[in-house]
Amino acid sequence: MVSERSNQVEFLSTLAFEILENIQTSRRDFLKATSLTTFGLALGISSFGKDAAVKKITPAILKLEINPFIIIDTAGNITLVNPRPDMGQGSTQAVPSLLAEELEVSLEKVQIVQSDGKGKYGSQTAGGSSSVRELWMPIRKAGAAAREMLTTTAAKRWGVTVTECVAEDGKIMHKPTGKTLTYGELADDASKLEIPKEPKLKDPKDFKIIGKYNKRLDVPERVNGTAIYGIDIDIPGMVYASILHSPAIHGKVLSIEDAEAKKVKGVLKVMKTERTMPHRTSEAVAVIATNYWAALKGRKALKVKWDNGDFEKTVNTAKYFADTYEAAKKQGVNYEEKGDFTAKYAVAAKKLESHYETPFLAHAPIEPENAVVHVKDDGSVEIWAPIQGPDWAMRDICGYLKVKPEQVKINVTLLGGAFGRKAYHDFLLEACHLSRELKKPVKVLWTREDDISQGPYRPGMLSHMQGYVQDGKITGFHHHAIGESILGQVYNGLKHDEADPWVGEELSVENNKYKFGSASKVSWTNVKTDIPVVWWRSVYASNFGWGQESFMDELAHLAGKDPLKARQEILTDERILKVLSTLAEKAKWDEKLPAGSGKGLAVFKSFGSISATCITVSKKDKGIKIDKVITVIDCGHYVNPDNVKAQTEGNIVMGLTAAIKDGITFANGASEQSNYHQYNILRLNEMPRIEIHIVDSGAVPGGVGEPGLPPIAPALGNAIFAATGKRMRRLPFNIDDLG
Amino acid sequence: MAVYNLTVNNKKVKVDVEPDMPLLWVVRDFVGLKGTKFGCGMALCGACTVHLNGQPARSCQTPVSSIAKTDKITTIEGISDGQLNAVQKAWIEEQVPQCGYCQSGQIMSAVALLKTNPNPDDAAIDSAMSGNLCRCGTYDRIRKAVHRAADTMKVSENGIGKK
Repeated sequence: MVSERSNQVEFLSTLAFEILENIQTSRRDFLKATSLTTFGLALGISSFGKDAAVKKITPAILKLEINPFIIIDTAGNITLVNPRPDMGQGSTQAVPSLLAEELEVSLEKVQIVQSDGKGKYGSQTAGGSSSVRELWMPIRKAGAAAREMLTTTAAKRWGVTVTECVAEDGKIMHKPTGKTLTYGELADDASKLEIPKEPKLKDPKDFKIIGKYNKRLDVPERVNGTAIYGIDIDIPGMVYASILHSPAIHGKVLSIEDAEAKKVKGVLKVMKTERTMPHRTSEAVAVIATNYWAALKGRKALKVKWDNGDFEKTVNTAKYFADTYEAAKKQGVNYEEKGDFTAKYAVAAKKLESHYETPFLAHAPIEPENAVVHVKDDGSVEIWAPIQGPDWAMRDICGYLKVKPEQVKINVTLLGGAFGRKAYHDFLLEACHLSRELKKPVKVLWTREDDISQGPYRPGMLSHMQGYVQDGKITGFHHHAIGESILGQVYNGLKHDEADPWVGEELSVENNKYKFGSASKVSWTNVKTDIPVVWWRSVYASNFGWGQESFMDELAHLAGKDPLKARQEILTDERILKVLSTLAEKAKWDEKLPAGSGKGLAVFKSFGSISATCITVSKKDKGIKIDKVITVIDCGHYVNPDNVKAQTEGNIVMGLTAAIKDGITFANGASEQSNYHQYNILRLNEMPRIEIHIVDSGAVPGGVGEPGLPPIAPALGNAIFAATGKRMRRLPFNIDDLG
Repeated sequence: MAVYNLTVNNKKVKVDVEPDMPLLWVVRDFVGLKGTKFGCGMALCGACTVHLNGQPARSCQTPVSSIAKTDKITTIEGISDGQLNAVQKAWIEEQVPQCGYCQSGQIMSAVALLKTNPNPDDAAIDSAMSGNLCRCGTYDRIRKAVHRAADTMKVSENGIGKK
């Protein structure tokens, strides 16, 4: 499957490198040596975004580390290096669609090879809902450039004008005569042409693939058990490791009693190891065995004494949240202040102050964290792992093992879910450590208990909200965001007197587009914790969307306004207004519900897309029942409407789970949740009726994987208020008993 | 260690493993069938669902020693024939999987459901499928796909669409 495709590109790259190595001459000469007989046409991308530029790949350029993304070989095979691992978000369809569209071939003609983390492939991390957003222009430009070069080559060969030739289904056709040449027959000569600087992109109205329903080609392997995830990798000579991590999350090993563990048949060794996180390295104990079950059984038989230092006192979520509420009593650091909010709020006649809390959350992908690493005798390293970013993994492996990128081969497998977790490489570096020590290929596989009790987590956050209304309008708004910073803990990149820019940007009026007529403010206080944190699907939008949109609802009621109207009258952004009016229409917002039922809505813009949700609930015993969830999304141009819906469905489920299931809590340094019985996720019988509508704005592509999540919890909270008069301020809550 | 003679997907296999080893790890690491997945190790998520004599079973909680010689073990790799294919086809038609990791277990549960209840309503689907977690959130499509599979199986039983 993947290996076959991978071999092909490897062959081409190796070939190109070999050619290169044989040319002992200057760089200038390399750049002239552009014709390769078997390589065909290879194009790469040298910059992203609006200024996307396409480069021709020659052996010399390969060496210069410019990204070879597309190779059309002389047999007509089209290979695309996909720089975004697939964790279920659909990059394996979205990215080749961009190429196939411009190249005028069907989707199944494009073979995909996953990029391997080498610098020449540029940014390669699946995250930030970036796949289509970042690759929309560059991949299309490369496809259009190739199409133009192939067309020009054919026209030359026939001695006709280019305008008489069209690209169609992997061939160039001369319209007047109907004669054709395949891309394979043209690729070689095409590679000798200059690359068109501004290749003509297709008009969206002529799109045959982009924006159309297409089945994902990699679904069949996901229903018959043949898809290969990280956990499925077996390497000859491989040993298995199960690692006992410190229950109090950063404890040190005092003593190891391993006699019982060593009695387990198959156990080879018990050894100290380390878990490397960006902010801290913790000690751990690994049991190495000939099979996984033996390693796990051996681990369960270990008796390890830990020195927990102060962590039992300091790593504690009750204390952390108490600190956030304390911080809310003081001024934070301003990210932005428009008008003099503080002074105006002080004298406002009709004002409100509230606190909205969101818990720490585990990602809990069903495939637990795992990696196979082989640190070889010659110092080279090969890894097989379900990771979101081979480029970041390359950086981390090279830093940890003190090797160079050219010594490292990264094989990215499919990811059995990730949601941000698998871009944090503690588990991968554990495998690096063990393989280096054991001089063998090692598979590290975390248990569910490791996954849920060790983190990293979405940070728990507090929104301290202040606002006022004047003349029946929401005119003053302050969002004080409080909690641990990912930028600070993971990147050590936040100064103590600085407002976290990732948070600030998310909450800025530039992002939410509300026109607060009097004054507004976004401020920040960093409350630190040693609990490891990282991005979690939609990152801060999942925390602070709760505060922003719940409080908007509160202020609307304070103003005596319908929550939809109260928003609409302070919005001018056409796209947001269109999303809201579409939602109002689809959800029949103006229709009155019977007593005991209620509708709530929320809207949030994140990752370049606007998503609004209306949830209907009805009273049931001591709680409520979720009757329906309707989401409207405007993500600009999109590749596959069905995938937009699939991702939005996933966001509804994950957003509801975050709202009504379990948070992660720490006491005495340790997580109080360990498996799915204490960290529940929504089950099929709890799945409400859902409806998803896409607004076709034709705008620049926004993200799809995350923007559907932020409005879910506040829409639910607002619906509960509408149905019961009870205002929910702290996530998660129990919908069966609202207290 | 002990030798066990198992019947997996109608094939006889012999494994030499510890008696308490869960069937999950026997199937994955000793029989070499990787389609059955590890998710929780506590029968909470259903990713490891296989069939024991046609009944869904959580292989992570089934010690190999508890399996009789005459027991028939079926994994995701062994269901692709006749009517059972209808479930996989329905999964493709509804484009159910996202990451796909839990889907082996989901499909094994659905196949078992349709065997005992060829025409399940939503309540029956909820009850049969709620032991299988999906973190990507494909539940709505799973419901639709089970209905679709039931419909196509009915059609083929009536002789329509056969041959």
